[in-house]
Amino acid sequence: MPAGTVIVGTGQAGFQTAASLRAEGYLEPITLIGEEPHIPYQRPPLSKGFLMGKQDTESIELRPGAFYHDHQINLIAGRRIAAIECAERRVRLAAGGRLPYDALVLAVGARNRTLSIPGADLDGVLYLRSLEESIVIKERLAEAKEIVVIGGGFIGLELAAAARSLGKAVTVIEALPRLMPRVVAPVISDFFRELHTSRGVNVLCGCAVSEISGADGRVREVRLSDGAVFPADLVLVGIGVLPNVELAQGARLPIANGIVVDDHLRTADERIYAIGDCADHPNPFAGARVRLESVQNAADQAQCAAAAIAGRSECYSALPWFWTDQFEIKLQMAGLSGGYDNAVMRGDPGSQKISVFYFKDDRLIAIDSINRPADHMFGRKIIASRVRVTPEQVADESVDLKALARQSPSPRGS
Amino acid sequence: MPKVIYVSANGAAREVEVPVGMTVMAAALKSGVDGILAECGGVCMCSTCHVYVDEKFFGKLPPAKDTEEAVLDIAAEERQPTSRLSCQIKVTEDLDGLIVRLPEKQR
Repeated sequence: MPAGTVIVGTGQAGFQTAASLRAEGYLEPITLIGEEPHIPYQRPPLSKGFLMGKQDTESIELRPGAFYHDHQINLIAGRRIAAIECAERRVRLAAGGRLPYDALVLAVGARNRTLSIPGADLDGVLYLRSLEESIVIKERLAEAKEIVVIGGGFIGLELAAAARSLGKAVTVIEALPRLMPRVVAPVISDFFRELHTSRGVNVLCGCAVSEISGADGRVREVRLSDGAVFPADLVLVGIGVLPNVELAQGARLPIANGIVVDDHLRTADERIYAIGDCADHPNPFAGARVRLESVQNAADQAQCAAAAIAGRSECYSALPWFWTDQFEIKLQMAGLSGGYDNAVMRGDPGSQKISVFYFKDDRLIAIDSINRPADHMFGRKIIASRVRVTPEQVADESVDLKALARQSPSPRGS
Repeated sequence: MPKVIYVSANGAAREVEVPVGMTVMAAALKSGVDGILAECGGVCMCSTCHVYVDEKFFGKLPPAKDTEEAVLDIAAEERQPTSRLSCQIKVTEDLDGLIVRLPEKQR
């Protein structure tokens, strides 16, 4: 009897691998196993609608429990894998027992980077990744009055927006000179700084947190390196993640900025794939190896790995896209803007409807859009099909992006 | 409870009772209707919950917002005049008997 596929990790990537395998007509056994005690759920609402009470534990489930039974997916929640025994083609569970595999998919995700300053272990210093953590934050938000958010990236700003919308006093502290500095152009950072400020969030950029202090073990205030002090009864930390590489490392698979995979998402062991937040993969839209933390990357890499396991192997070539919701504003991002050498704007910043088009070596590589969803969607087509467009064209609102998106792509390498 | 009828690309129909206020997408996932993927979770970022709404009901729906309009243009199977994203259709008593046809592919 075939051993089938074992998928480690029950997040979006793990779930999607199992679902896509069945959709591909794969008939062999599938085991989906992970440490989290829940059936697979969506993470994006945890920093948004779930905190606001607009979604609950049931409504964020990716599929109801019956789905796994109906599709003969053996879902094992709340179990940790201790080791991969590559030579024997099996994984060993921490609680004992082994599972054999023909194909193994590591969808093991990432964990939060933690603060290493005095007071970081005080009660009331919280991080967000899992449903449990979101439930705790929601409970603590109900009682809290003054909140300091450390980190002005997507998670920090979404938490800040949620807390402020719930009527709390909120201060955001970002170490770099502007918000979301690694992913968006200054004009977008400025837009979101203005958005948060206008809603009463105190936004501080270029500030380092030196210490968190408390009383009776509970957080009371956050101190900056310049001596400024902010009272806080809750500190929410969003300072990035670290990929979970230990399982792969233990199996002597190559590790860099994540678990190293090739353009088919295979590790150095051809029976083992790594996908989603943990995978350091060659990405054609980056022109380099990257590790991406997004729903799109998780779902598309899962689909790619599932197709390969089902015998339809293809290079991973999906266009990256992302979004963040803060207050009522949705920022839509297509492509990867890292390393851009020219950025042009479409739309009037005063109108609250703008897109920024990022170019590198005269090629459009990414677009960030606020309240211009058509720019985002046609932009995806333009970037993915490598249609040649100029900064002058995209900055000119009389130029129809839909028409540009329909053009045939420029020849490779031109 | 209002009923929604999902018709798969091969013509198989499935009738589902849907609580008022739930979306046509969420009801499909909850009741195990295949053919709606909902990868982005219902926030108008992907097109994997695309449906063709029966003409009798199309006019009863509130019009699509800009974000939905844009997404429909990138749907895996071509947009038609009654195309909608099922994540944006909230079921009401008035929509009892709603028929949606599912495209052959969603990605």
